[in-house]
Amino acid sequence: MSHKDDLALMAHLMRRAGFGANRAELERRVAQGYEATVEELIDPPAENGGGKMALLLRYHPSFLLPGGVPFSGQANWMYNMVSSDRPLEEKMTLFWHHVFATGNSKVDNCDQLLEQIDMLREQGMGNYRDILIELSKNPAMIFWLDNNENHRDAVNENWGRELLELFSMGVSNYTEVDVRECSRAFTGWTIQAKLPRAPYGRYPWKFEYREEDHDFGEKTFLGRTGNFDGEDIIDIILEEPATTRFICRHLYNFFVADEPQVPAWTIEPARDEDALDEMCQVFEESGFEMKAVLRHMFNSQWFKDARFQKIKSPAEVVAGTLRMVGLFENPDPGVLNIGKEPTYMGQSILDPPSVEGWHTGLEWINSGALLARINFVADRVSNADLPGMRDIIDSMRAEGVTTPDHLLNACTDYMGFVELSEETRGQLAEHVRSGGDVNWDDRTAAATRIGETMALISATTEFQFG
Amino acid sequence: MTSTKKDPVIVVLQLTGGNDYFNTVIPYNDSLYYDNRPTIRYEREDIIPINDELGFMPTMGPVKELYDEGKVAVIHGIGYADSPRSHFRSMDIWHTCEPDKVGTEGWAGRVARELDPNKENVLTAINFGHGLPRALAVPGVPVAAIADLSTYGLLTGIADVDQRSKALDLFSKMYAPTVGGSFVNDYLRSTGTDAMVGADIVKVAPEQYSSNVEYPNSPIASHLRDIAQVYMADLGTKIFYTQHGSFDTHAGEAAAHPVLWKEVSEGISAFFQDMKEHNTGENIVMYLFSEFGRRVRDNGSGTDHGAAGAAFVIGDPVKGGLYGEYPSRKAEDLEQGDLVPNYDFRGAYSTIVEDWMGMDANPIVNGNFPKLDVIKK
Repeated sequence: MSHKDDLALMAHLMRRAGFGANRAELERRVAQGYEATVEELIDPPAENGGGKMALLLRYHPSFLLPGGVPFSGQANWMYNMVSSDRPLEEKMTLFWHHVFATGNSKVDNCDQLLEQIDMLREQGMGNYRDILIELSKNPAMIFWLDNNENHRDAVNENWGRELLELFSMGVSNYTEVDVRECSRAFTGWTIQAKLPRAPYGRYPWKFEYREEDHDFGEKTFLGRTGNFDGEDIIDIILEEPATTRFICRHLYNFFVADEPQVPAWTIEPARDEDALDEMCQVFEESGFEMKAVLRHMFNSQWFKDARFQKIKSPAEVVAGTLRMVGLFENPDPGVLNIGKEPTYMGQSILDPPSVEGWHTGLEWINSGALLARINFVADRVSNADLPGMRDIIDSMRAEGVTTPDHLLNACTDYMGFVELSEETRGQLAEHVRSGGDVNWDDRTAAATRIGETMALISATTEFQFG
Repeated sequence: MTSTKKDPVIVVLQLTGGNDYFNTVIPYNDSLYYDNRPTIRYEREDIIPINDELGFMPTMGPVKELYDEGKVAVIHGIGYADSPRSHFRSMDIWHTCEPDKVGTEGWAGRVARELDPNKENVLTAINFGHGLPRALAVPGVPVAAIADLSTYGLLTGIADVDQRSKALDLFSKMYAPTVGGSFVNDYLRSTGTDAMVGADIVKVAPEQYSSNVEYPNSPIASHLRDIAQVYMADLGTKIFYTQHGSFDTHAGEAAAHPVLWKEVSEGISAFFQDMKEHNTGENIVMYLFSEFGRRVRDNGSGTDHGAAGAAFVIGDPVKGGLYGEYPSRKAEDLEQGDLVPNYDFRGAYSTIVEDWMGMDANPIVNGNFPKLDVIKK
């Protein structure tokens, strides 16, 4: 492979396993090697944790416990996506948020939602069994799916049902009786009585197991009978092949290529059944270790080949663009608004439309969202004052980018080795040629040319994919 | 329905954050108002009487003028049972008409889908503000979101006029339909074309518009002015949505509530003056709501989240007056210290959807709810 091919592949890996990387980072990682990079992403150096967050809170202490102010909570997380030195950890957090969709529309407490995000950040690359147990005890989740209303004498099936339908097995792999029995096993898994907000503000919610409210009776779940509690139920769920397939298909859909929407999975075959089989095998053999399946996936040829096969989610558009232009590596005042940007494109993080999460792929795109995506990227790449853009412009100057064709190639490369169709490239090339050579005697004019060219690349259909 | 052939249009103005109903339409002769509101109240001499019992709060003068012209219907006690007193959950319920589960489709988006099932007009529904409220969100229904009409468009960051026009030409070429393209590619291209066409069409609105009405300087007045411009440009938009707030003033209520209502009242007044000047008021109805009212008794510095609220229907086609009953303020009649809703919000939507828009309300609001006779026949 040529050096450029190596860079393009690394750009692909970093887009999927993170939120993109600038040229300097790509060069560093190519020198380090592809598999070594995968290992570093999966097991990031311990010293990288926490520093950026401390910096954020020094400038914006209100982001720590945003309470009833969703955009502060959203900004907190977006800042992490943009600045994290542990990009896969952050990407996996977003993955789980897509799957375990929990929304402020009901929870009305960003402190607790961020606490759930923290849990996913810490556990998200661990063992899937541990993740499900932590999730079952997560206060925001308990409140979101009414498990605090799930009593020994009055079963509420909301959590029990979604655990099976959306968080592990997928529909049609269990009966209504299984839903009921599963819910019974989680009775008494609740949160401590909430303390009133007045006069000191919100108190953290805490998980509480109330033995007296737990149904210790015999339960028959998925053909097994016993005095099951929640952990037993999770163990049984893990013995079901449907669970392995459901989670691996989620991973494929999120990291490799767009699958149909989740409700269609029972009828539509997977895009690549062989790849999915491999993932399932690795996942099961490892005892449901997320790192094992991630490692296998990123190192597979089918992953490496799946470039630009996914429509970027709004969070990816925003975080990827901000990383490219070098904004918010430090928490300057503009960071207050970045949490809202994905919302304008149809993804209000910490507030998915329902427990089913977002419909992804093509459903990210509607006229308003497309306009918002294009303008967001275009406005930033055409701002030559941003640190990342200054670096790109300086690099192009040093490389001697002069002819229009060279300019177009350099721009697509700096934007992550974007692959354009022949037709689009031809149309863009014609446009760029009409402007003649880049005149480096006038740096401002040269920077404007680069900004406009990159803005037009951001407006292509191809750029909507990542 | 009105006599002209033009289609009915609705403007929804959402008062975000929970407007204090008890302090908006005030039972000013009821001693319970003064007893319950030692701190957060308007003084009797400042309240604008509607009748012997009720009055508007002091900065609603411009609304009172419209009321006196018979154009304002006040709906008492609106809400739904078991208010969660959470902004987000409550607003969600108002947006989706689903009090018992988390809904995904917005009522106004469903109206847009019914009005334009083939998506012939990309501007059938427009939100004036950033992004989309859930009320307008229905998968596959195109809705434009215009934060500021004067700067709305594609690739607006390209400053040079010639360069931008060339860029837009290129964009229209890149998004032109192709033969034999994939579904994904076709969809992206048609959506991109919709976005550009919508922005292109809507840009004529400020060019065509002229008015002697001066709108005050507030975010809501700017949005209402943008709405007036798009409405008068006759672009086929049937649903205009915007919001003002935050009415979640808590300890800041004494200072903020009068200012918020001043901005809303003056904005509405300018909007309807504009309609009058252009003789375009007979096809438009405005609907104001908030996700809940506030606690009857103030907490010494502000008011907490409550339940029942007031909604307003305003316009030439409206039969002005007071509708329904003000919920009882007696301590024994309150629930958790709140006014109890006595009119289901889905009835108000049904009234607008059926009696004004001329559509079947049941599939929009998910059921049958009593309507109010507020629209002139």
